[in-house]
Amino acid sequence: MMRPTHSAPTEQMTTIVPGEPLITFKDVRVGFDEGDVLRGISFEVWPGETKVLLGESGSGKSVLMKMAAGLMRPDAGHIWVMGQDLSELPERELLDFRRHIGFVFQEGALFDSLTVEENVAFRLVEENMDDAEIETRVREVLRFVEMEEAIEKFPAELSGGMRRRVSIARALASRPALIFYDSPTAGLDPVTSQTIITLILRRRDLQGVTSLLATHRVQDAFGLANFRLDEASGRVVPLGADERASVPPTNVLVLREGKVYFEGTTEDVLHSSDTYLKEFLVSAE
Amino acid sequence: MPEPTETTSLSTLIGDALKRQVFAVQDYSLMSLQGLVNVFTPPQYWGDTINQMNLIGVNSLPIVALASLFIGGVLVLQTSSQFLRFGETALTGDVVSLALVRELGPLITALLVAGRNASGIASELGSMVVTEQVDAMRALGTDPLRKLVTPRIIAMVTMLPLLVAVSDLVGLFGGFIVASFSLRLGAVQFWTRAIDALEFGDLVQGLTKPLIFALIIATVGCYQGLRVKGGTQGVGRATTSAVVVSSILVLVADFFLAKLLLYMFRK
Repeated sequence: MMRPTHSAPTEQMTTIVPGEPLITFKDVRVGFDEGDVLRGISFEVWPGETKVLLGESGSGKSVLMKMAAGLMRPDAGHIWVMGQDLSELPERELLDFRRHIGFVFQEGALFDSLTVEENVAFRLVEENMDDAEIETRVREVLRFVEMEEAIEKFPAELSGGMRRRVSIARALASRPALIFYDSPTAGLDPVTSQTIITLILRRRDLQGVTSLLATHRVQDAFGLANFRLDEASGRVVPLGADERASVPPTNVLVLREGKVYFEGTTEDVLHSSDTYLKEFLVSAE
Repeated sequence: MPEPTETTSLSTLIGDALKRQVFAVQDYSLMSLQGLVNVFTPPQYWGDTINQMNLIGVNSLPIVALASLFIGGVLVLQTSSQFLRFGETALTGDVVSLALVRELGPLITALLVAGRNASGIASELGSMVVTEQVDAMRALGTDPLRKLVTPRIIAMVTMLPLLVAVSDLVGLFGGFIVASFSLRLGAVQFWTRAIDALEFGDLVQGLTKPLIFALIIATVGCYQGLRVKGGTQGVGRATTSAVVVSSILVLVADFFLAKLLLYMFRK
Protein backbone atom coordinates (compact mmCIF):
# COMPACT_ATOMS: atom_id res chain seq x y z
CA MET A 1 0.00 0.00 0.00
CA MET A 2 1.42 3.41 -0.98
CA ARG A 3 1.52 5.65 2.06
CA PRO A 4 0.52 9.29 2.20
CA THR A 5 3.47 11.60 2.69
CA HIS A 6 2.35 12.64 6.14
CA SER A 7 4.30 14.59 8.63
CA ALA A 8 4.68 12.89 12.00
CA PRO A 9 1.42 12.17 13.81
CA THR A 10 0.12 15.14 15.69
CA GLU A 11 0.78 15.44 19.35
CA GLN A 12 -1.98 14.14 21.58
CA MET A 13 -4.35 17.10 21.75
CA THR A 14 -6.98 15.36 23.82
CA THR A 15 -6.85 15.04 27.56
CA ILE A 16 -8.54 12.74 30.01
CA VAL A 17 -8.78 14.59 33.29
CA PRO A 18 -9.36 12.35 36.34
CA GLY A 19 -12.58 13.25 38.10
CA GLU A 20 -13.94 14.96 34.98
CA PRO A 21 -16.50 13.49 32.57
CA LEU A 22 -15.12 12.27 29.25
CA ILE A 23 -18.16 13.51 27.37
CA THR A 24 -20.41 16.40 28.34
CA PHE A 25 -23.46 17.50 26.37
CA LYS A 26 -24.96 20.77 27.56
CA ASP A 27 -28.33 21.88 26.17
CA VAL A 28 -27.49 20.66 22.67
CA ARG A 29 -30.00 21.49 19.95
CA VAL A 30 -30.03 20.75 16.26
CA GLY A 31 -32.64 20.82 13.53
CA PHE A 32 -32.96 20.17 9.82
CA ASP A 33 -35.50 21.15 7.17
CA GLU A 34 -37.86 18.51 8.56
CA GLY A 35 -37.81 20.02 12.06
CA ASP A 36 -35.86 19.79 15.32
CA VAL A 37 -34.02 16.53 15.93
CA LEU A 38 -32.36 17.23 19.29
CA ARG A 39 -34.14 19.63 21.64
CA GLY A 40 -31.85 20.52 24.49
CA ILE A 41 -29.88 17.38 25.29
CA SER A 42 -27.67 17.36 28.40
CA PHE A 43 -25.80 14.38 29.82
CA GLU A 44 -22.34 13.20 30.83
CA VAL A 45 -20.26 10.08 30.23
CA TRP A 46 -17.54 9.29 32.78
CA PRO A 47 -14.24 7.51 32.08
CA GLY A 48 -14.77 3.74 31.96
CA GLU A 49 -18.53 4.08 31.68
CA THR A 50 -20.61 2.45 28.96
CA LYS A 51 -23.55 4.70 28.16
CA VAL A 52 -26.31 3.08 26.14
CA LEU A 53 -28.46 5.51 24.14
CA LEU A 54 -31.78 3.81 23.83
CA GLY A 55 -34.45 5.10 21.50
CA GLU A 56 -36.74 4.18 18.69
CA SER A 57 -35.92 4.97 15.06
CA GLY A 58 -35.87 8.70 14.42
CA SER A 59 -35.31 9.65 18.05
CA GLY A 60 -32.01 11.34 17.18
CA LYS A 61 -29.54 8.66 18.33
CA SER A 62 -27.35 8.68 15.22
CA VAL A 63 -27.32 12.49 15.05
CA LEU A 64 -26.27 12.62 18.69
CA MET A 65 -23.50 10.05 18.09
CA LYS A 66 -22.18 12.00 15.10
CA MET A 67 -22.17 15.19 17.15
CA ALA A 68 -20.26 13.49 19.94
CA ALA A 69 -17.61 12.51 17.36
CA GLY A 70 -17.53 16.00 15.85
CA LEU A 71 -18.98 14.80 12.55
CA MET A 72 -21.89 17.23 12.89
CA ARG A 73 -22.20 20.55 14.64
CA PRO A 74 -24.99 21.60 17.00
CA ASP A 75 -27.14 24.65 16.25
CA ALA A 76 -26.92 25.58 19.93
CA GLY A 77 -25.34 24.26 23.11
CA HIS A 78 -21.90 22.83 23.83
CA ILE A 79 -20.24 19.42 23.51
CA TRP A 80 -17.03 18.71 25.39
CA VAL A 81 -15.24 15.46 24.58
CA MET A 82 -11.88 14.58 26.12
CA GLY A 83 -11.33 18.16 27.14
CA GLN A 84 -12.18 19.67 23.74
CA ASP A 85 -15.18 21.88 23.03
CA LEU A 86 -16.24 20.31 19.73
CA SER A 87 -18.77 23.01 18.97
CA GLU A 88 -15.91 25.52 18.69
CA LEU A 89 -13.20 23.50 16.92
CA PRO A 90 -12.51 24.09 13.21
CA GLU A 91 -12.66 21.00 10.95
CA ARG A 92 -8.86 20.75 10.75
CA GLU A 93 -8.57 20.39 14.53
CA LEU A 94 -11.58 18.07 14.60
CA LEU A 95 -9.67 15.73 12.27
CA ASP A 96 -6.83 15.62 14.79
CA PHE A 97 -9.31 15.05 17.61
CA ARG A 98 -10.99 12.13 15.79
CA ARG A 99 -7.68 10.29 15.55
CA HIS A 100 -8.10 9.58 19.26
CA ILE A 101 -11.56 8.07 19.09
CA GLY A 102 -13.12 5.03 17.42
CA PHE A 103 -16.43 5.13 15.58
CA VAL A 104 -18.45 2.11 14.44
CA PHE A 105 -21.07 3.09 11.87
CA GLN A 106 -24.54 1.60 11.64
CA GLU A 107 -23.90 -0.25 8.38
CA GLY A 108 -20.17 -0.66 8.95
CA ALA A 109 -19.20 2.01 6.37
CA LEU A 110 -16.20 -0.04 5.25
CA PHE A 111 -14.25 1.32 2.28
CA ASP A 112 -15.52 -0.98 -0.45
CA SER A 113 -12.48 -0.58 -2.70
CA LEU A 114 -10.12 -1.74 0.06
CA THR A 115 -9.61 -5.22 1.51
CA VAL A 116 -10.43 -6.06 5.11
CA GLU A 117 -6.74 -5.67 5.95
CA GLU A 118 -6.50 -2.26 4.26
CA ASN A 119 -9.69 -1.11 5.96
CA VAL A 120 -8.44 -2.04 9.41
CA ALA A 121 -4.97 -0.63 8.70
CA PHE A 122 -6.34 2.68 7.32
CA ARG A 123 -5.66 4.81 10.41
CA LEU A 124 -2.34 3.09 11.12
CA VAL A 125 -1.07 3.74 7.59
CA GLU A 126 -2.11 7.38 7.96
CA GLU A 127 0.03 7.52 11.09
CA ASN A 128 3.03 6.19 9.14
CA MET A 129 3.32 3.21 11.43
CA ASP A 130 5.93 0.59 10.64
CA ASP A 131 4.68 -2.11 8.19
CA ALA A 132 5.47 -4.99 10.55
CA GLU A 133 3.71 -3.27 13.42
CA ILE A 134 0.67 -2.59 11.23
CA GLU A 135 0.53 -6.27 10.24
CA THR A 136 0.73 -7.33 13.89
CA ARG A 137 -1.88 -4.82 15.04
CA VAL A 138 -4.29 -5.64 12.19
CA ARG A 139 -4.07 -9.39 12.84
CA GLU A 140 -4.49 -8.79 16.56
CA VAL A 141 -7.75 -6.84 16.21
CA LEU A 142 -9.07 -9.13 13.48
CA ARG A 143 -8.35 -12.11 15.72
CA PHE A 144 -10.22 -10.32 18.49
CA VAL A 145 -13.33 -10.00 16.32
CA GLU A 146 -12.75 -13.53 14.93
CA MET A 147 -12.29 -12.30 11.37
CA GLU A 148 -8.63 -13.09 10.76
CA GLU A 149 -9.45 -15.58 8.02
CA ALA A 150 -11.18 -12.82 6.02
CA ILE A 151 -8.14 -10.56 5.97
CA GLU A 152 -7.79 -10.57 2.18
CA LYS A 153 -11.48 -10.31 1.38
CA PHE A 154 -13.32 -7.24 0.16
CA PRO A 155 -16.34 -5.90 2.10
CA ALA A 156 -18.72 -6.99 -0.68
CA GLU A 157 -17.73 -10.61 0.03
CA LEU A 158 -18.77 -10.37 3.71
CA SER A 159 -22.14 -10.79 5.40
CA GLY A 160 -23.74 -7.93 7.35
CA GLY A 161 -22.53 -9.27 10.69
CA MET A 162 -19.00 -9.82 9.39
CA ARG A 163 -18.87 -6.28 8.03
CA ARG A 164 -19.96 -4.97 11.42
CA ARG A 165 -17.18 -7.00 13.11
CA VAL A 166 -14.56 -5.66 10.69
CA SER A 167 -15.87 -2.16 11.36
CA ILE A 168 -15.33 -2.75 15.09
CA ALA A 169 -11.81 -4.01 14.34
CA ARG A 170 -11.11 -0.85 12.32
CA ALA A 171 -12.31 1.32 15.21
CA LEU A 172 -10.18 -0.61 17.71
CA ALA A 173 -6.99 -0.71 15.62
CA SER A 174 -5.65 2.60 16.89
CA ARG A 175 -6.47 1.60 20.50
CA PRO A 176 -8.72 4.58 21.27
CA ALA A 177 -9.78 5.37 24.82
CA LEU A 178 -13.28 6.29 23.66
CA ILE A 179 -15.44 4.34 21.20
CA PHE A 180 -18.78 5.25 19.65
CA TYR A 181 -21.01 2.42 18.44
CA ASP A 182 -23.85 3.67 16.23
CA SER A 183 -26.53 0.95 16.28
CA PRO A 184 -24.01 -1.88 15.89
CA THR A 185 -26.72 -4.54 16.11
CA ALA A 186 -29.31 -2.89 13.83
CA GLY A 187 -30.60 -5.23 11.14
CA LEU A 188 -28.73 -8.26 12.47
CA ASP A 189 -30.21 -11.56 13.62
CA PRO A 190 -30.32 -12.16 17.41
CA VAL A 191 -27.33 -14.53 17.44
CA THR A 192 -25.09 -12.16 15.47
CA SER A 193 -26.31 -9.23 17.59
CA GLN A 194 -25.27 -11.13 20.70
CA THR A 195 -21.84 -11.78 19.16
CA ILE A 196 -21.39 -8.06 18.52
CA ILE A 197 -22.43 -7.15 22.08
CA THR A 198 -20.05 -9.77 23.44
CA LEU A 199 -17.20 -8.18 21.46
CA ILE A 200 -18.03 -4.76 22.89
CA LEU A 201 -18.22 -6.24 26.38
CA ARG A 202 -14.89 -8.03 26.01
CA ARG A 203 -13.21 -4.85 24.86
CA ARG A 204 -14.71 -2.92 27.76
CA ASP A 205 -13.49 -5.44 30.34
CA LEU A 206 -10.07 -6.02 28.79
CA GLN A 207 -9.09 -2.40 28.22
CA GLY A 208 -11.56 -0.36 30.24
CA VAL A 209 -12.48 1.79 27.26
CA THR A 210 -15.31 4.29 27.58
CA SER A 211 -18.17 3.64 25.17
CA LEU A 212 -21.24 5.41 23.89
CA LEU A 213 -23.55 2.93 22.23
CA ALA A 214 -26.74 3.81 20.36
CA THR A 215 -29.34 1.08 19.96
CA HIS A 216 -33.07 0.46 19.80
CA ARG A 217 -32.66 -2.95 21.50
CA VAL A 218 -32.91 -2.87 25.28
CA GLN A 219 -31.32 -6.35 25.25
CA ASP A 220 -28.02 -4.73 24.26
CA ALA A 221 -28.06 -2.62 27.41
CA PHE A 222 -28.93 -5.60 29.63
CA GLY A 223 -26.27 -7.73 27.94
CA LEU A 224 -23.59 -5.17 28.73
CA ALA A 225 -24.85 -4.47 32.26
CA ASN A 226 -25.40 -8.05 33.41
CA PHE A 227 -22.38 -9.90 32.04
CA ARG A 228 -18.64 -9.63 32.40
CA LEU A 229 -15.56 -11.19 30.89
CA ASP A 230 -13.94 -13.86 33.02
CA GLU A 231 -10.30 -13.28 32.09
CA ALA A 232 -9.15 -16.64 33.48
CA SER A 233 -11.42 -18.70 31.24
CA GLY A 234 -11.82 -16.08 28.51
CA ARG A 235 -15.59 -16.61 28.65
CA VAL A 236 -18.41 -14.14 29.19
CA VAL A 237 -20.21 -14.96 32.41
CA PRO A 238 -23.22 -13.51 34.28
CA LEU A 239 -22.35 -10.77 36.72
CA GLY A 240 -22.80 -11.71 40.35
CA ALA A 241 -24.74 -9.37 42.65
CA ASP A 242 -21.57 -8.61 44.65
CA GLU A 243 -19.49 -7.98 41.52
CA ARG A 244 -21.40 -4.95 40.20
CA ALA A 245 -19.15 -2.43 41.91
CA SER A 246 -16.00 -4.04 40.48
CA VAL A 247 -16.91 -3.81 36.78
CA PRO A 248 -17.22 -0.64 34.71
CA PRO A 249 -20.74 0.78 35.01
CA THR A 250 -23.29 0.53 32.21
CA ASN A 251 -25.97 3.18 32.24
CA VAL A 252 -28.93 3.87 30.02
CA LEU A 253 -30.09 7.13 28.51
CA VAL A 254 -33.44 6.97 26.76
CA LEU A 255 -34.11 9.47 23.98
CA ARG A 256 -37.64 10.35 22.99
CA GLU A 257 -38.59 12.96 20.40
CA GLY A 258 -35.21 14.64 20.63
CA LYS A 259 -35.13 14.91 24.42
CA VAL A 260 -33.62 12.90 27.26
CA TYR A 261 -36.61 10.92 28.54
CA PHE A 262 -34.84 8.81 31.15
CA GLU A 263 -31.36 8.37 32.57
CA GLY A 264 -30.30 5.64 34.96
CA THR A 265 -29.12 2.08 35.31
CA THR A 266 -30.60 -0.98 33.63
CA GLU A 267 -32.02 -1.92 37.04
CA ASP A 268 -33.87 1.40 37.11
CA VAL A 269 -35.31 0.62 33.67
CA LEU A 270 -36.34 -2.84 34.80
CA HIS A 271 -38.17 -1.58 37.88
CA SER A 272 -39.67 1.52 36.31
CA SER A 273 -43.44 1.80 36.12
CA ASP A 274 -43.21 4.20 33.18
CA THR A 275 -45.36 3.00 30.27
CA TYR A 276 -42.91 4.08 27.57
CA LEU A 277 -39.99 2.28 29.22
CA LYS A 278 -42.14 -0.80 29.68
CA GLU A 279 -42.73 -0.84 25.92
CA PHE A 280 -39.00 -1.35 25.43
CA LEU A 281 -39.00 -4.23 27.91
CA VAL A 282 -42.00 -5.82 26.23
CA SER A 283 -40.34 -5.55 22.81
CA ALA A 284 -37.28 -7.30 24.26
CA GLU A 285 -39.38 -10.23 25.35
CA MET B 1 -51.43 38.08 9.85
CA PRO B 2 -52.49 38.75 6.22
CA GLU B 3 -52.85 35.78 3.87
CA PRO B 4 -49.76 35.38 1.67
CA THR B 5 -50.58 36.51 -1.83
CA GLU B 6 -49.66 34.62 -4.98
CA THR B 7 -47.10 37.32 -5.82
CA THR B 8 -45.33 37.13 -2.47
CA SER B 9 -45.19 33.34 -2.46
CA LEU B 10 -43.82 33.39 -6.02
CA SER B 11 -41.20 35.96 -5.10
CA THR B 12 -40.30 33.91 -2.03
CA LEU B 13 -39.91 30.83 -4.19
CA ILE B 14 -37.69 32.67 -6.67
CA GLY B 15 -35.73 34.22 -3.82
CA ASP B 16 -35.15 30.84 -2.17
CA ALA B 17 -34.13 29.27 -5.47
CA LEU B 18 -31.65 32.09 -6.13
CA LYS B 19 -30.27 31.79 -2.59
CA ARG B 20 -29.75 28.06 -3.11
CA GLN B 21 -27.91 28.71 -6.37
CA VAL B 22 -25.69 31.37 -4.81
CA PHE B 23 -24.97 29.07 -1.88
CA ALA B 24 -24.12 26.21 -4.28
CA VAL B 25 -21.68 28.44 -6.21
CA GLN B 26 -20.08 29.55 -2.92
CA ASP B 27 -19.87 25.97 -1.67
CA TYR B 28 -18.37 24.78 -4.99
CA SER B 29 -15.84 27.63 -5.01
CA LEU B 30 -14.71 26.97 -1.44
CA MET B 31 -14.39 23.22 -2.03
CA SER B 32 -12.43 23.75 -5.27
CA LEU B 33 -10.18 26.32 -3.64
CA GLN B 34 -9.44 24.02 -0.70
CA GLY B 35 -8.80 21.13 -3.09
CA LEU B 36 -6.32 23.32 -5.00
CA VAL B 37 -4.59 24.67 -1.88
CA ASN B 38 -4.10 21.08 -0.71
CA VAL B 39 -1.98 20.45 -3.84
CA PHE B 40 0.74 22.64 -2.33
CA THR B 41 0.61 21.41 1.28
CA PRO B 42 1.36 18.00 2.82
CA PRO B 43 0.24 15.28 3.24
CA GLN B 44 -0.15 14.08 -0.33
CA TYR B 45 -1.76 10.80 -1.35
CA TRP B 46 0.50 9.88 -4.26
CA GLY B 47 -0.85 6.32 -4.45
CA ASP B 48 -4.39 7.63 -4.98
CA THR B 49 -3.10 10.24 -7.42
CA ILE B 50 -1.33 7.64 -9.58
CA ASN B 51 -4.40 5.43 -9.48
CA GLN B 52 -6.53 8.35 -10.68
CA MET B 53 -3.98 9.17 -13.39
CA ASN B 54 -4.40 5.62 -14.63
CA LEU B 55 -8.21 5.84 -14.54
CA ILE B 56 -8.38 9.27 -16.17
CA GLY B 57 -5.38 9.19 -18.49
CA VAL B 58 -4.58 5.65 -19.55
CA ASN B 59 -8.14 4.33 -19.51
CA SER B 60 -9.48 7.30 -21.49
CA LEU B 61 -6.81 6.92 -24.17
CA PRO B 62 -8.68 4.46 -26.46
CA ILE B 63 -11.88 6.53 -26.76
CA VAL B 64 -9.98 9.80 -27.13
CA ALA B 65 -7.73 8.32 -29.83
CA LEU B 66 -10.62 6.71 -31.70
CA ALA B 67 -12.75 9.86 -31.62
CA SER B 68 -9.83 12.04 -32.70
CA LEU B 69 -8.95 9.73 -35.58
CA PHE B 70 -12.42 10.09 -37.05
CA ILE B 71 -12.69 13.82 -36.31
CA GLY B 72 -9.40 14.41 -38.18
CA GLY B 73 -10.72 12.31 -41.04
CA VAL B 74 -14.10 14.00 -41.24
CA LEU B 75 -12.44 17.44 -41.15
CA VAL B 76 -10.62 16.56 -44.36
CA LEU B 77 -13.79 15.14 -45.91
CA GLN B 78 -15.74 18.32 -45.15
CA THR B 79 -13.05 20.81 -46.23
CA SER B 80 -11.46 19.02 -49.18
CA SER B 81 -14.32 19.76 -51.61
CA GLN B 82 -13.88 23.51 -50.97
CA PHE B 83 -10.12 23.34 -51.48
CA LEU B 84 -10.57 21.26 -54.62
CA ARG B 85 -12.65 24.09 -56.13
CA PHE B 86 -9.67 26.42 -55.80
CA GLY B 87 -7.02 23.81 -56.51
CA GLU B 88 -5.49 24.35 -53.08
CA THR B 89 -5.75 20.87 -51.64
CA ALA B 90 -2.35 21.32 -50.01
CA LEU B 91 -4.02 23.67 -47.52
CA THR B 92 -5.88 20.71 -46.03
CA GLY B 93 -2.95 20.05 -43.70
CA ASP B 94 -3.12 23.65 -42.44
CA VAL B 95 -6.82 23.46 -41.71
CA VAL B 96 -6.73 20.13 -39.94
CA SER B 97 -3.71 21.16 -37.91
CA LEU B 98 -5.06 24.55 -36.82
CA ALA B 99 -8.57 23.31 -36.11
CA LEU B 100 -7.34 20.37 -34.07
CA VAL B 101 -4.59 22.02 -32.09
CA ARG B 102 -6.38 25.27 -31.34
CA GLU B 103 -9.92 24.12 -30.84
CA LEU B 104 -11.17 20.63 -31.58
CA GLY B 105 -8.44 18.65 -29.84
CA PRO B 106 -8.84 20.33 -26.43
CA LEU B 107 -12.62 20.66 -26.69
CA ILE B 108 -13.51 17.17 -27.92
CA THR B 109 -11.06 15.55 -25.50
CA ALA B 110 -12.45 17.58 -22.60
CA LEU B 111 -16.04 16.69 -23.50
CA LEU B 112 -15.16 13.00 -23.82
CA VAL B 113 -13.31 13.02 -20.51
CA ALA B 114 -16.17 14.96 -18.89
CA GLY B 115 -18.62 12.32 -20.09
CA ARG B 116 -16.42 9.48 -18.99
CA ASN B 117 -14.67 10.73 -15.85
CA ALA B 118 -16.79 13.52 -14.34
CA SER B 119 -19.62 10.99 -14.20
CA GLY B 120 -17.28 8.34 -12.78
CA ILE B 121 -15.96 10.68 -10.10
CA ALA B 122 -19.45 11.87 -9.13
CA SER B 123 -20.89 8.37 -8.91
CA GLU B 124 -17.91 6.99 -6.97
CA LEU B 125 -17.83 9.81 -4.43
CA GLY B 126 -21.63 9.93 -4.28
CA SER B 127 -21.78 6.23 -3.45
CA MET B 128 -19.17 6.79 -0.74
CA VAL B 129 -21.30 9.56 0.73
CA VAL B 130 -24.55 7.56 0.84
CA THR B 131 -22.80 4.53 2.37
CA GLU B 132 -21.18 6.79 5.01
CA GLN B 133 -17.67 5.98 3.77
CA VAL B 134 -16.85 9.69 3.61
CA ASP B 135 -18.03 10.13 7.20
CA ALA B 136 -16.00 7.04 8.15
CA MET B 137 -12.94 8.69 6.60
CA ARG B 138 -13.57 11.83 8.66
CA ALA B 139 -14.12 9.70 11.76
CA LEU B 140 -10.70 8.14 11.17
CA GLY B 141 -9.14 11.60 11.13
CA THR B 142 -8.59 11.82 7.36
CA ASP B 143 -9.60 14.89 5.39
CA PRO B 144 -11.85 13.73 2.50
CA LEU B 145 -10.94 16.79 0.43
CA ARG B 146 -7.27 15.92 0.68
CA LYS B 147 -7.76 12.19 0.17
CA LEU B 148 -10.48 12.26 -2.51
CA VAL B 149 -10.56 15.65 -4.24
CA THR B 150 -6.92 16.73 -4.48
CA PRO B 151 -5.63 13.50 -6.12
CA ARG B 152 -8.38 13.78 -8.75
CA ILE B 153 -7.49 17.43 -9.45
CA ILE B 154 -3.78 16.62 -9.81
CA ALA B 155 -4.51 13.59 -11.98
CA MET B 156 -6.93 15.45 -14.24
CA VAL B 157 -4.68 18.50 -14.64
CA THR B 158 -1.69 16.35 -15.58
CA MET B 159 -3.52 13.84 -17.76
CA LEU B 160 -5.86 16.04 -19.83
CA PRO B 161 -3.09 18.03 -21.58
CA LEU B 162 -1.35 14.74 -22.40
CA LEU B 163 -4.59 13.30 -23.76
CA VAL B 164 -5.05 16.46 -25.84
CA ALA B 165 -1.53 16.06 -27.25
CA VAL B 166 -2.34 12.48 -28.21
CA SER B 167 -5.69 13.59 -29.61
CA ASP B 168 -4.03 16.25 -31.80
CA LEU B 169 -1.51 13.76 -33.15
CA VAL B 170 -4.03 11.00 -33.82
CA GLY B 171 -6.47 13.52 -35.33
CA LEU B 172 -3.78 14.72 -37.72
CA PHE B 173 -3.01 11.12 -38.57
CA GLY B 174 -6.72 10.52 -39.31
CA GLY B 175 -6.72 13.61 -41.51
CA PHE B 176 -3.61 12.45 -43.31
CA ILE B 177 -5.09 9.00 -44.05
CA VAL B 178 -8.25 10.51 -45.56
CA ALA B 179 -6.24 13.19 -47.41
CA SER B 180 -3.89 10.63 -48.90
CA PHE B 181 -6.78 8.48 -50.16
CA SER B 182 -9.26 11.13 -51.27
CA LEU B 183 -6.92 13.99 -52.31
CA ARG B 184 -3.82 11.93 -53.14
CA LEU B 185 -1.76 14.20 -50.86
CA GLY B 186 1.73 12.93 -50.08
CA ALA B 187 2.94 12.44 -46.53
CA VAL B 188 5.67 15.06 -46.80
CA GLN B 189 3.28 17.65 -48.23
CA PHE B 190 0.58 17.04 -45.62
CA TRP B 191 2.82 16.90 -42.56
CA THR B 192 5.02 19.82 -43.65
CA ARG B 193 1.98 22.04 -44.11
CA ALA B 194 0.39 20.79 -40.92
CA ILE B 195 3.45 21.55 -38.82
CA ASP B 196 4.38 24.82 -40.54
CA ALA B 197 0.86 26.17 -40.07
CA LEU B 198 1.28 26.09 -36.31
CA GLU B 199 2.75 29.01 -34.41
CA PHE B 200 3.79 29.28 -30.79
CA GLY B 201 0.49 30.95 -29.88
CA ASP B 202 -1.47 28.02 -31.30
CA LEU B 203 0.42 25.55 -29.14
CA VAL B 204 -0.03 27.74 -26.06
CA GLN B 205 -3.74 27.94 -26.82
CA GLY B 206 -3.97 24.22 -27.35
CA LEU B 207 -2.24 23.35 -24.10
CA THR B 208 -3.63 26.13 -21.86
CA LYS B 209 -7.24 25.24 -22.46
CA PRO B 210 -6.96 21.65 -21.18
CA LEU B 211 -5.55 22.90 -17.87
CA ILE B 212 -8.65 24.99 -17.24
CA PHE B 213 -10.97 22.29 -18.61
CA ALA B 214 -9.32 19.74 -16.31
CA LEU B 215 -9.94 21.92 -13.27
CA ILE B 216 -13.58 22.30 -14.27
CA ILE B 217 -14.15 18.57 -14.88
CA ALA B 218 -12.40 17.40 -11.70
CA THR B 219 -13.94 19.96 -9.35
CA VAL B 220 -17.47 19.69 -10.77
CA GLY B 221 -17.31 15.87 -10.61
CA CYS B 222 -16.06 15.95 -7.00
CA TYR B 223 -18.54 18.62 -5.93
CA GLN B 224 -21.53 16.80 -7.39
CA GLY B 225 -20.37 13.55 -5.78
CA LEU B 226 -19.62 14.92 -2.32
CA ARG B 227 -22.88 16.88 -2.13
CA VAL B 228 -25.15 13.95 -2.98
CA LYS B 229 -28.48 13.90 -1.17
CA GLY B 230 -31.21 11.29 -1.33
CA GLY B 231 -29.55 7.88 -1.51
CA THR B 232 -28.99 5.99 -4.75
CA GLN B 233 -31.42 8.21 -6.67
CA GLY B 234 -29.30 11.14 -5.58
CA VAL B 235 -26.19 9.42 -6.92
CA GLY B 236 -27.90 9.07 -10.31
CA ARG B 237 -28.87 12.74 -10.31
CA ALA B 238 -25.36 13.79 -9.28
CA THR B 239 -23.82 11.71 -12.07
CA THR B 240 -26.05 13.33 -14.70
CA SER B 241 -25.45 16.80 -13.27
CA ALA B 242 -21.70 16.27 -13.24
CA VAL B 243 -21.66 15.55 -16.98
CA VAL B 244 -24.12 18.29 -17.93
CA VAL B 245 -22.60 21.03 -15.74
CA SER B 246 -18.97 20.21 -16.55
CA SER B 247 -19.69 19.99 -20.32
CA ILE B 248 -21.51 23.33 -20.35
CA LEU B 249 -18.83 25.01 -18.24
CA VAL B 250 -16.14 23.62 -20.57
CA LEU B 251 -17.96 25.06 -23.61
CA VAL B 252 -18.46 28.45 -21.95
CA ALA B 253 -14.85 28.56 -20.71
CA ASP B 254 -13.66 27.58 -24.19
CA PHE B 255 -15.30 30.66 -25.71
CA PHE B 256 -13.76 33.08 -23.23
CA LEU B 257 -10.36 31.38 -23.29
CA ALA B 258 -10.33 31.46 -27.09
CA LYS B 259 -11.13 35.17 -27.04
CA LEU B 260 -8.46 35.88 -24.42
CA LEU B 261 -5.74 33.79 -26.04
CA LEU B 262 -6.46 35.13 -29.52
CA TYR B 263 -6.17 38.64 -28.10
CA MET B 264 -2.94 37.79 -26.28
CA PHE B 265 -1.31 36.40 -29.41
CA ARG B 266 -2.77 39.11 -31.66
CA LYS B 267 -4.63 36.64 -33.88
